[in-house]
Amino acid sequence: MSLTIHQDIDTLVESKQFLSFILAGDEYATDILKVQEIRDWTSTTLVPNSPTYIEGVLNLRGEIIPIINLRTRFGLPDLPDKKNRIVIVLNIVSDQKRRLMGLLVDAFSETYDIPLEKIKSAPNNISVIDDDFISGLTTVDEKMVILLDVDELMNSNELSTDCSAATA
Amino acid sequence: MSIDLSQFIPTFLEESFEGLELMESGLLNLEQGDIDTINAIFRAAHSIKGGAGTFGFNRVTNFTHEVETLLDEMRDGRREVNQSDINLLLKSVDCIKLLIESARDGVECEDDAINETHLALEQTLSGKAHGDNDSQDVSEVEQLLSEVKSKKQWLIEFVPKHEIMQTGNDPLHLLNVLAELGSMSIEPNLQDIPPLGDIHPEECYLYWRLTLVSDCSEEDIIEVFEWVEDECSLTITLSDSDEPSPAIESVEQPSLQVDQTPPSQPPSQVPQKSLKAPDESVKAKPTTEGGSIRVGIDKVDTLINRVGELVITQAMLKQIGSELAEDETVDKLREGLVQLESNTRDLQEDVMRIRMLPISFVFNRFPRMVYDVSSKLGKKVELKLSGEQTELDKTVMEKIGDPLVHLVRNSLDHGLEMPEERKEAGKDETGIVHLNAYHQGGYIVIDIIDDGRGLNTEKIYDKAIEKGLISADQSLSDQEINELIFAPGFSTADAVSDLSGRGVGMDVVRRNIESLGGHVSLSSQQGEGSKFSVSLPLTLAILDGQLINVAGQIFIVPLVSIVESVQVNKSAVKAIAGQENLYLFRDEYLPIYNIRSLFSLPGKVSPADENMVIIVESNGNKYALVVDDLLEQQQVVLKSLESNYMAVEGISGATILGHGGVALIIDIKGVSSLNHKNSRSKKFSRERSVAEATT
Repeated sequence: MSLTIHQDIDTLVESKQFLSFILAGDEYATDILKVQEIRDWTSTTLVPNSPTYIEGVLNLRGEIIPIINLRTRFGLPDLPDKKNRIVIVLNIVSDQKRRLMGLLVDAFSETYDIPLEKIKSAPNNISVIDDDFISGLTTVDEKMVILLDVDELMNSNELSTDCSAATA
Repeated sequence: MSIDLSQFIPTFLEESFEGLELMESGLLNLEQGDIDTINAIFRAAHSIKGGAGTFGFNRVTNFTHEVETLLDEMRDGRREVNQSDINLLLKSVDCIKLLIESARDGVECEDDAINETHLALEQTLSGKAHGDNDSQDVSEVEQLLSEVKSKKQWLIEFVPKHEIMQTGNDPLHLLNVLAELGSMSIEPNLQDIPPLGDIHPEECYLYWRLTLVSDCSEEDIIEVFEWVEDECSLTITLSDSDEPSPAIESVEQPSLQVDQTPPSQPPSQVPQKSLKAPDESVKAKPTTEGGSIRVGIDKVDTLINRVGELVITQAMLKQIGSELAEDETVDKLREGLVQLESNTRDLQEDVMRIRMLPISFVFNRFPRMVYDVSSKLGKKVELKLSGEQTELDKTVMEKIGDPLVHLVRNSLDHGLEMPEERKEAGKDETGIVHLNAYHQGGYIVIDIIDDGRGLNTEKIYDKAIEKGLISADQSLSDQEINELIFAPGFSTADAVSDLSGRGVGMDVVRRNIESLGGHVSLSSQQGEGSKFSVSLPLTLAILDGQLINVAGQIFIVPLVSIVESVQVNKSAVKAIAGQENLYLFRDEYLPIYNIRSLFSLPGKVSPADENMVIIVESNGNKYALVVDDLLEQQQVVLKSLESNYMAVEGISGATILGHGGVALIIDIKGVSSLNHKNSRSKKFSRERSVAEATT
């Protein structure tokens, strides 16, 4: 809806808005245009033989959407309680298809307006997280924020390869 | 065949007019080499022809047949698409419309335009052998039509606008076409040509004075210029003539309009009758309004989804209502909720019924088909139809047509015998094919029954061995052998006929039917006939489900696949190689599918006395599903898991339960292949079996 307007602004001030969240003490951020809504954790329905990071599916106003536990996805120890955590519902595009997915994270943090010039590319092979998922690094108030490419994070190839590995 | 066809006439008319509209718009947008559009036009013409044939509208059939032939040639690339053919086809569309209207009103439509167009079509088709330019043929036809007149000298002043080339019209082409009408001399006028520096390479600065000596009529000349009328000024003068026809006519017609009956003509030439015909039919038109409106299927689907949501919300409210403490106001609220429940159910049923159509839409193609096929085969066949008013979902209907056609053809080709053979067997010479549709539970069942020779079990057995489908030492019941005709690559026909027998038939039929969530079964008595039963869910959007509980999570098993549900009898659980994988049920050893272990759910795997076992059937095989508990049965609205996630093996979809939670629907076939995979990977994996032993 506001996509074109936003792009116009992009070219004018050369900055982009990000929504940031906390995961195991680190701050991550995603393009705010990908975010549809933020909701509290509600219990999900388990999906048989799914990878461990798939928390299951839930009903979002008639749509059935999968929830991804980002801690498990990144190989971090999961917290015993999910109660006070939040789910960021993302509107992503993979395989030229619009999909809705939920991302279970520790807490919501801020929205940032980050000038494009301040976005640095991340060095390769620095963590367990696949390089493709990290679109860049930036610094806000002397804190590092990791920018995620959520399309990559949840594209269907990734899902299917992981799943076949999990079921095999 | 004693069925009342007249009830389908309104539908035929509706579809035909829609088809004509499609043809018109297709023709108007048609470009060279646009195969898709030609195909679309062809299909529309074809359905009109087919429908008209069924109802005995012979004039429509004959006329449309010519159109179809012409289109077929264009489709095959045997004929180039050119303007004059398109014009002819557009005129034909008008004529078909007139013919259908008059057929509807039961009046004879005597219209010169129709005869003329019909003749032109025939001439175009037959004339294609001499000369590849079709417009010539059309003009030849019109020459024939307008009788041989004395040659006349036409003076034509053709002044195209400068931009004419930009609209894709080539004046040279027009002149060539014109030259074919007779002998022509051309005198170009060069005075408009600007200085070299000002010349735009894509503009045309020339204009011409043409002298055409021909016996053609003025219309022929106008027709040549029909598509450039707006881009030129045209003056046609008849000189040297004794006919007092209008001296000068400047062409000021609007560009080709489809609903216009042949372009307005000078009064002397073409009778105005053609314009009268539609007027009359308008007057005589019976009141078909108020019958139906056409609504896009996506709108209906949105409505169905919306109502599905409403049902879920209603179930949620009901649950909350039942949890409230006793109180007078709460009682009233509950009353209201009960009413809401019945209203939402009614609403849901009504909405689902929008998509429901009587099976007669599929059945009505059979009388004709049976007639054609039986006369081709030289068999005598009577077709009986019953239960035509049985309703089913439109999407199911669209997909069931082809499998049914195949089954009926199969009965005609392989099932029924030749008259002599029947006589020898002491049967009536005329074989009977009976199509019967009825509702059974949430399913529609369509039986295809013939009284032919029945399946030859021995022949099938031999063939199956020959094709390597079974091995000779397998012992099979007759029923099992007969079922082999559904195996891929199986065909018993000794000679492949063009009707059936290519061996791609029955397995495809079965696959198509199963992809719709239905199944096909057969029973056959040698010498007495066979019966194929196709059962299909009434709708693909809703299914009757049995809710089950496994490891505290709710799953749904489609009710249709459930044979029986019983408490686990520990002594019936049999083990092979130490694994409890068989269940003795009514003297049959059924494979046990333990949902908990197959779906990697937490908890103890081994079946215990308090568990339930559900005997399910899929693909003619029975399995024993071990689950924790049986819950209620309910209708559920199918949702796709794939739209936001992906396909999960063993799960066919999901639904939303009354409390708003998601429940997954178990796909029996998927579970069986999941089990297969699991047991294979288990075989030599030490860790897995050890881990399982300890749980």
